[in-house]
Amino acid sequence: MIPDHLKKSLEERVAHAVSPREAAVDVMKVLQSHYGWLTDEAVGEAAQLLGLSRLQVDELATFYEMIYRRPVGKKVIHVCDSISCWSACCEAIMVHLQARLGIGLGGTSADGMFTLIPCCCMGMCGDGPVMSVGANFYTNLTPERVDEALELERRIGN
Amino acid sequence: MELLLFKHNRPDRSVTFDEYCDEGGFAALKKAIAGMSPDEVQQSVIDSGLRGRGGAGFPTGKKWSFVPRNLPGPRWLICNCDEMEPGTYKDRVLLEHNPYSLIEGMTLACYALGVRHAFIFVRRGYEKAAENLTRALIEAKEAGFLGERILGSEISVDLDLHLSAGRYICGEETALINALEGKRPNPRSKPPFPAIKGLWDGPTVVNNVETLANVPAIVANGPAWFKGLALNPEGAGTKLFCVSGAVKNRVCVELPIGTTLRQIIDGPCGGMAEGKKFKACIPGGASTQFMTPAQLDVPMDFDTVAKVGSRLGSGAIIVFEEGCCLVAATLNLITFFARESCGWCTPCREGLPFVKEILERIEAGGGEERDIGILREHVKYLSYAFCAFAPGAMAPLDGLLTHFEDEVREHILKGKCPFKG
Repeated sequence: MIPDHLKKSLEERVAHAVSPREAAVDVMKVLQSHYGWLTDEAVGEAAQLLGLSRLQVDELATFYEMIYRRPVGKKVIHVCDSISCWSACCEAIMVHLQARLGIGLGGTSADGMFTLIPCCCMGMCGDGPVMSVGANFYTNLTPERVDEALELERRIGN
Repeated sequence: MELLLFKHNRPDRSVTFDEYCDEGGFAALKKAIAGMSPDEVQQSVIDSGLRGRGGAGFPTGKKWSFVPRNLPGPRWLICNCDEMEPGTYKDRVLLEHNPYSLIEGMTLACYALGVRHAFIFVRRGYEKAAENLTRALIEAKEAGFLGERILGSEISVDLDLHLSAGRYICGEETALINALEGKRPNPRSKPPFPAIKGLWDGPTVVNNVETLANVPAIVANGPAWFKGLALNPEGAGTKLFCVSGAVKNRVCVELPIGTTLRQIIDGPCGGMAEGKKFKACIPGGASTQFMTPAQLDVPMDFDTVAKVGSRLGSGAIIVFEEGCCLVAATLNLITFFARESCGWCTPCREGLPFVKEILERIEAGGGEERDIGILREHVKYLSYAFCAFAPGAMAPLDGLLTHFEDEVREHILKGKCPFKG
């Protein structure tokens, strides 16, 4: 169950929309940041707020890259593997991250801190390789910079 | 040269509202509201020769003119800032430096089209651009350039941001409309075109960020001035080029339409990266054909690039060096498209993973001669997909087979990638 103040702010967001479901992505994002991922409970709550069925919410939830319908670590790492980052050797970064975190793509580190996901172009093609960790972006990655970023994220995460 | 889009840029921060106004910002809006009819604004954009900067290059004024003026009910304007074409980062750079030209351009477009309520559809990852826009919207509203009764006139315009959650297909205009409505963003069938029946079934115009950001300068300085900015006679205006890959400086620059590839690479990019030689490039994002060294002097404009078999696209130039395997590069591009396919139609959903498997096999040394023919067939038949996504995905493959068939065959004959030791 989401707290009343959160419910109220979401109801206000929905009321501002031209039609309620226009607010669907915003509602899913807020619920996700509350629960850590978009849980079944969150899907039900979104459906209620938006006047949709659970299935209709799930149709949307499963479409978007940044909506997680399965449990993820405290912070999700998205590493761009599109063409510009590829030409800047993102493959080596991906290998390094997997080794460092001891997980495969889609996996979550044993401490529950990081989930690693490859992703599409982040629009930072002049600064590749690029990754995002939670809300933060890291550019011009090298294995050393990746290690620094992970350390920083662990520190600010606790 | 004269800058238009990057005119107000500061090196390391966004221009402020006051700075923008001091440098002539919102003068075009004042001019239009004081002395131009909506039709005159539209005619200026038509006469300017401005073509859509998102990739397709459709004439902007013409797109506006398709909106019926006599239908009852609301009509809509959407700015497409779902910049997810791999290699493309120009709209982000523009908005991180200056959100005001877009807002002024959208207000002018709303005036021309009779739109009361417009949206900016922002992709995931562009939070800084969205923050800039949010701040700029408040400032513009407080100064009377947005909201109720703009500059004391009868005109009112509301502008809202939609922050997406990441999916390439949302950049396709009908998918974008579905996304904005809160529906699953599969593309819609056309016709009806959005200009007739789009957002909430109302007449709708969808324009790219860079396109709309050009409008204030066109209205302020006139269509002839805008046309004159281009280097080639048939061109109009400037273009943001964002370069990545094997160049020394990976930069986003504003240059006149008609600047050649060679001038872009040798000029602002500082040439190729140390010790590297130009082999090929993709001129306009992932869904455009390769261009070769023989095409380095082609003026970068819509028709001139189309004439040599590629597309200006979004102006995202991705440069590959001698020694870079273009089968592997194409495989990377196709992998992207296979993953981002929305799954709505069979040619795209099934065809792209199939093409990907063949390219994977060729790259791994297990390709056969007949694979080349199968790939060619797919270039042809994936054009029967529901929207422009799959045909776009086939563009780099088409380019590979047109310009680098020998390289593909070498993989097959040697039974391995010739670029790997």
